[in-house]
Order: sequence, then C-alpha cells, then structure tokens
Amino acid sequence: MSGSIQDTFFEECEELLEATDEGLTAIEGGDHDPEVVNAIFRAVHSIKGGAGAFGLDDLVAFAHRFETVFDEVRSNRLELDEKLIQLLLRSSDHLSALVEVARDGGEVDEAHHDTLLAALDEYIPEEEEDLTFEPMGLGGPAPVADLGAAPAAPAAPQEETYRIRFQPLKEMYGTGNEPFFLFQALKDLGDLTVKLDENELPGFDSMDMAESYLAWDLVLVTKETRSIVEAVFEFVEGLCELSIEGDGDAEAEANALAALDAMFSAPAEPDSGAAAVPFEPPAPAPQPEAKPAPAAEKASAPKAESGKQEQRSGPKPTLRVELERVDRLINAVGELIINHSMLAQQIANLNVSDTRDVETELEGFKNLARDIQEGVMAIRAQPVKPLFQRMARIVREASAATEKTCKLVNEGENTEVDKTVIERLSDPLTHILRNAVDHGIEKPEDREAAGKSRIGEIRLSASHRSGSVCIEIKDDGAGVNRPRVKQIAIEKGLIPENAELTDSEIDNLLFAPGFSTAKEVSNLSGRGVGMDVVKNAVTGLGGRINISSTPGKGSTFTIILPLTLAVMDGMVVSVADQTMVVPITSIVETMRGSDDMINSLGADGTLLSIRGNFVPICDVAGGLGLYRESDQQAGVYLLVETETGQRCALAVDDIHDQRQVVIKSLDGVCGEIPGVAAATILGDGKIAMILDPESIIAASPTAAAFDTERRMSNAS
Amino acid sequence: MQAEVKQTDQEVKHAEHSEFVSFTVAGQAFCLKITQIREIRRWSPVTILPHAPADVLGVMNLRGAVIPIYDLSARFGLQQTEASERNVVIVVSVHGKPVGLLAESVSEIISINPDDIQDTPPVDSRNTMEYIQGIISHDDTMVRIINLDAVISAPEQVLP
Repeated sequence: MSGSIQDTFFEECEELLEATDEGLTAIEGGDHDPEVVNAIFRAVHSIKGGAGAFGLDDLVAFAHRFETVFDEVRSNRLELDEKLIQLLLRSSDHLSALVEVARDGGEVDEAHHDTLLAALDEYIPEEEEDLTFEPMGLGGPAPVADLGAAPAAPAAPQEETYRIRFQPLKEMYGTGNEPFFLFQALKDLGDLTVKLDENELPGFDSMDMAESYLAWDLVLVTKETRSIVEAVFEFVEGLCELSIEGDGDAEAEANALAALDAMFSAPAEPDSGAAAVPFEPPAPAPQPEAKPAPAAEKASAPKAESGKQEQRSGPKPTLRVELERVDRLINAVGELIINHSMLAQQIANLNVSDTRDVETELEGFKNLARDIQEGVMAIRAQPVKPLFQRMARIVREASAATEKTCKLVNEGENTEVDKTVIERLSDPLTHILRNAVDHGIEKPEDREAAGKSRIGEIRLSASHRSGSVCIEIKDDGAGVNRPRVKQIAIEKGLIPENAELTDSEIDNLLFAPGFSTAKEVSNLSGRGVGMDVVKNAVTGLGGRINISSTPGKGSTFTIILPLTLAVMDGMVVSVADQTMVVPITSIVETMRGSDDMINSLGADGTLLSIRGNFVPICDVAGGLGLYRESDQQAGVYLLVETETGQRCALAVDDIHDQRQVVIKSLDGVCGEIPGVAAATILGDGKIAMILDPESIIAASPTAAAFDTERRMSNAS
Repeated sequence: MQAEVKQTDQEVKHAEHSEFVSFTVAGQAFCLKITQIREIRRWSPVTILPHAPADVLGVMNLRGAVIPIYDLSARFGLQQTEASERNVVIVVSVHGKPVGLLAESVSEIISINPDDIQDTPPVDSRNTMEYIQGIISHDDTMVRIINLDAVISAPEQVLP
C-alpha cells in the first residue's frame, strides 16, 4: 500500500520540481512577481510535507532550508540578487537529485549537500534555525498526546483562546499531510491542548482502512492573530473540515468563517472578492516585535491563497493512462488504415460500373480513420518542455564542473513530439549539451579576449518542419577545432594521414566511432563514449543529425526527427518485381534517367550526371541481392543524401506512389537485414520492405569505392 | 491423495490418443501435434526478404502481423519447393511467435497412441536426427514427427 502512495508522491514531486524549475527560470529572466515566488514556496513545501510522511530525512531537511530562504524572499526581507538566484537554481537541482536518490537509491554528493546547506543557512536569520523539523513515518497519531501534556502557561494580556475542530478527509492523508505536523506548528504559536475525538471510529469489521474517522478538538492559547492560526492549515484546506472559533471578536469571526466556507466550497473561483476581503487580518492587537517572520507571513497569506486558486482552475483536467493502452489503440488504428486501403483496392477490382455511392462512403471512412489516427497520435505527443527544463539543469551542472558560465536559452518548448522520441532524446541531448559546455564554450577570460560576453550562450530550440521535428543546439563558443580534430582522427587511425577533407567532413569526424577530443578524461565528457553514441541514438529514432560550425562563432547541431515512430511518409517504388518503400525524408530529388546521363567509371562504377554534377549510382536490386526476372532496367533514380553530405543516386525500376505507411518492425521476425529498416503492409495486403538508403549506400561497392577514390585523389 | 491419482489416470488416458496433423513435404509424410498448429492457409506469394537463406521464403501478412515463412523441404535438406497455389502454409507458434511453414499438402488428422511412437533410428545426418522427434507407422507408410523447436530456432538466430 505504501508503495503505491509513495509512487504517487514521486510522481507529484516530478510535477512540483518542474514547477519549481519553471518559476526559478522566470525569476532568472527578471520576473520577480511575488506570485512566482509563492508558487515555488508552495511547491517546495509540498515536497517537504510528502517527504516527511515517508521519513525521507535528508530531503525534508534540505527542502526545509530551501523553503525558509524562499519564505524570507516572499516576505521581502531578502533581495533576489544574481548570487542568490544562482544558489537557488543549484539548490533546486540538488533537490531534484535528492528526490531521485530517495526514489531510485544511490548516493547523495555529501560535500555538495553540505556546501549548499551552509550557503542557504547564510540567508536564514538566526532564530529560524532553531526551528527543527522532525520527520516521522506514517506511524499514526500516537505522539500527539505528548503535545497535549504541556500545561497551560499563564495568560499574557493579548492572549486569545481558539477552539479548533479539525477533521481530516481521507484525501488529506493521500497528499502526504500529517496532523502531527500541523499540531506541532500550532504548538509553536502558543499553548496547545489536543483532544482526540474517535467517536466516529466504527468497529473493526465495518472499518474501511482507507477512510478517515478521526477528528481532533484543539484548544490553542496564543498571542497570534487568527490569520496566523489559519495559515497553519493553509496546505490542508479543502482536505479537511475545519472550524476555528476565537473567544473574543464574535463579529470578525463570523465574517472569517463565512469567508472560509466560501473558499473551501468554491475553490475554482479565482480571486473572488469574497475570498480576498475577510483575509485582511481583523484589526490585530499591537504586535510584539519578537516574531517578525509569522507577521510577514500573515501579510502574504491572502496572496498565496488567491494564487493557489488561480493555479487550481488554470490547468485543464488531465488523465493518467497506461502507455500500453495507448499503444494498443495506435496499433488498431494502423490496422484500420491498412484495412481502408485494402477495401478501396477490392472495390476497384470489382468491375462494377457504378461505384460512386460506395466511393463516397469510403471517402468518409478514410476521413474518419485519419481523424482517429491524428487523435491517437496526439495522445502520445507531448511538449518538449520538461525535457528542455531538465537540460537547463545539465548545463548548470556542466558549467559548475568546468568553471565556465553558460546560460541555456530554450525556444519552442511547446513543440509536441511523440513520447518515445522525447524519452530517447534525453541521453543524446545531455551528451551534446555537456560537450557544448566542455568543448564548445570557452573559459570566461578567453571569451572576453575574443570580444564576447563572459557568459556563454547555448540555444536549444525545437520546431516543426514539414512533417518532422527539428531540434537545434547552438552554442556561441569557439567552434570545432578542425586542425585538432583532424590530427586526432589521424592518430586514432580513422583517416589516412594524407587525407584531404572538406570542413564539413572534418566536423563529421566527431561522429566517428571511438573519437573523443578531450585532452584528459574529465568527469563531464570524454568517458570514451563519443558523439557516435549520439548519432546512433538519433538514427535509431529514424532521424538524422548534422553539425555545422564556424571557427570563433560557435557550432550548431541539428537533429531532424520523424514526428512519430508509428507512421511515416514513404515513396512506393518497385525493385526487381518487388514493391518497396523509401522514406521520403531521405529523398532529395527523383528523376527518370536516360542513357546519355550515365557515365561509366572504371570497370563497374557508373555515375549519373545531374546538371553537370556526377553522382555515383547505387543499384538497389543489386545491393539487396535481388535479381530481375524480367529484362526491365532500373531507369528511375532517387537522389539521396547521407548524413556525411555524400550524395548518391539509388536506381530503382519505377516509382508508383507517395503515401503514408504504417511501420511494422521486423524485430523478432528475422534478424537484422542490411538495407532494410522495417516493413509495412500495403493496400493489397502484401508486405513491403521499408528501405534504409544509408545502409544500402554503405554496402554498395560503387558508392563506397567512389568515396575513397575521391578522398585519395584529393589527397594526392 | 486419491483425487490426485484419479487425475493422473485421466491424463494418461488423454495422452493415449494424441491427434496429429499429417502432411507431405517433398513427397515424404510428416506430422505435427494438432495443438502446435494455429491455422492452415493456402499459399499466396510472399514478400522476399533480401539476403535471406534459401529456406526462408519471405514474410507474409497474417491479419496485420508480419510473419516469416520457411520452406520445410529446404530446411530438411531436400529440394526447394516450387511454391504454387496448391501448396499450404501451416502457421505454428514457436518461441511464442507465429511462423509459417510451407508444405506440399495436408493429408489428414491421425490419432496416435504414444506407445506407438518409435525412436528415430540413427542415420548419418545430424540435422535429421535433431529435426525428427520420432516416427510412426500409419496405413503402411512412415510418418515423421517434427521437433518444431529444433527446426525453428529462436527468432534472433534465424538469419546467420
């Protein structure tokens, strides 16, 4: 049972940490709106509350300091300067790390932890530090009795007695709140007597374990005002039945109660006048100056309340669904589309003279199928925002480790991409960004000398570009150090010593397996795995990655990815009497060739002349080991470009059609087939291979030979 | 205790008459346990898998799933089958995946008493020993019982 609650807690933590990050990024960008600060405070506080319930001491202790600093900020006793913001950002990262450790196990970086704690402590005024927060497990309400044992102290002149009836709903326990902590907070305000009311507790046989039966009657004698007492229950509002009766001002009390009722019963109404007015503290008695912190909290409390309401009505209702269910739906929709094209073909084959009516209906069927498909795809599509936010953290950590100052600018965060794509992008992006900080961005002094701002800028952007997603990582660093890259490639035997390479060929050496330019193995990048891993990850997603670089100005990595992994646009061609599909993303141009365009080179090599350029021809049938039964010659050429920028003309027999195909993986059906990426089912129910132009070219003797030849001729 | 004994008795009785589907491959009679077979379809042209070994004919669309089709004859080292519409594809489930086996034709369903199954007499070919689980005599002809798990190895190792 506790496992599932804990899972929920961690899921919530993810969201809360995201909110924290988002808020801090806004603050970093100059938005000092108190509401933003409040939102972060609440998020951190909620994490603390939940962590306390699960006995995650480290997390609680750290979240508490963090939260206290924010409390200082929101009560305007701390100025949000650059130094503090950086500390807060680092603390937020550390908080994420602590949550991760709590969830997945592992080690906390003790030194880092202590440094941050000490740094945070500097911002916390003395008396706050006495406040110790004792986390406890879900042990039940037993320790409450200790609190009640405290005898009532002699009443001070301004003291007032509040009678509080507190009855939690079961939802309150689900959010990780503990009555004990509330009572402890109340006890800090004054003398507290706690009495448990267990009258509603049913017998064992009729008891529902998940239900909440307990209620407490509390008597609090305090100098504080009502709003401070109410503030204690701030985080359980709507999760409990609460009544607070003061001894004195009956009128103010009636007002406040009405307001409370209004608030709890209509939480969706943002900023309603009713909620704002009664929270003006009812004419506070002269305040003793000893406790400034709660006094300030009182002032900000109403704001916090209204902000919370805004937040609550803000996001649209969402539904958590098991991924598997969505995938099943996607599969079924794929079948539906195939089924449609089969039906259409069957009807065309029927030889009936008047098929207009059927065709109209079929058209409707097609539109519906497409609607459903788009709808289902949209379920899986998610904005890249969380991914990008995590990347901000990577950049901060990398900057700290390399003693460089960098900032990450995100663009197009709301671009939606398939969930699987997002998940599998995380590692490559991390790697590229770490590299950008480690190798791309120069040291601050060097940057200044080069006439650039001391702070390096890395721009991470996402956008939709004609059916694919384009992710760009652009830094304004030194650019690729081409002589050095070439030298390393020669040292590692990746290229011959006398090789003459173009700039872009040198840049692309970064993606070669076993290439790493780090002079020494730093703990950041250069662990022996290089950019080839990045490239493999991207091609594994059916995407491409390119690098362009200008010395002194910086480098840009461009990743082009398909929108989804389930469907793609392909060109249907025939090769040696077989129907095959070529991904449209890799085709630059198609043309029908005539004999005078073909030029022989050597014994087997043939080149296609396109507007004065010669491109090697790669016969697909030959590359796949297929032989034509008929005499038909390959007469149509698909001009494709590989990742290295090399062009090649794929020779096929004919082009039929361009259409959307459903990708069927060949995993588990047969092993890896060179030249084939996957399969699909066509309208006639037949299976067609989806080709992988990249590997066909790599396997083709002509294209490969031509490539080396050119290099060699350049070298001589 | 008694109940258990009873059940075992029943199991034995069940096992007494297993049903097998017999079919011909390259003129020889083979059979498979009926429970191993998912369906039997008429042959229709398959999509060729590039670079595939001779005994892998290609892939077929089975209600939206892509399944590989093996030529049993070539697999057993007999001549390659010239597949035509008269031939059948026996869809079986091996290692949890559907796989199609091309056979010349399906003959009949025969009931076999396990006691009647004879061990495969030793022959020179190691493959044959592995692929054939046992033999039985039925209507004066020899029917070979196929060891499916040996014929179709785990999917990852299908292609060398």
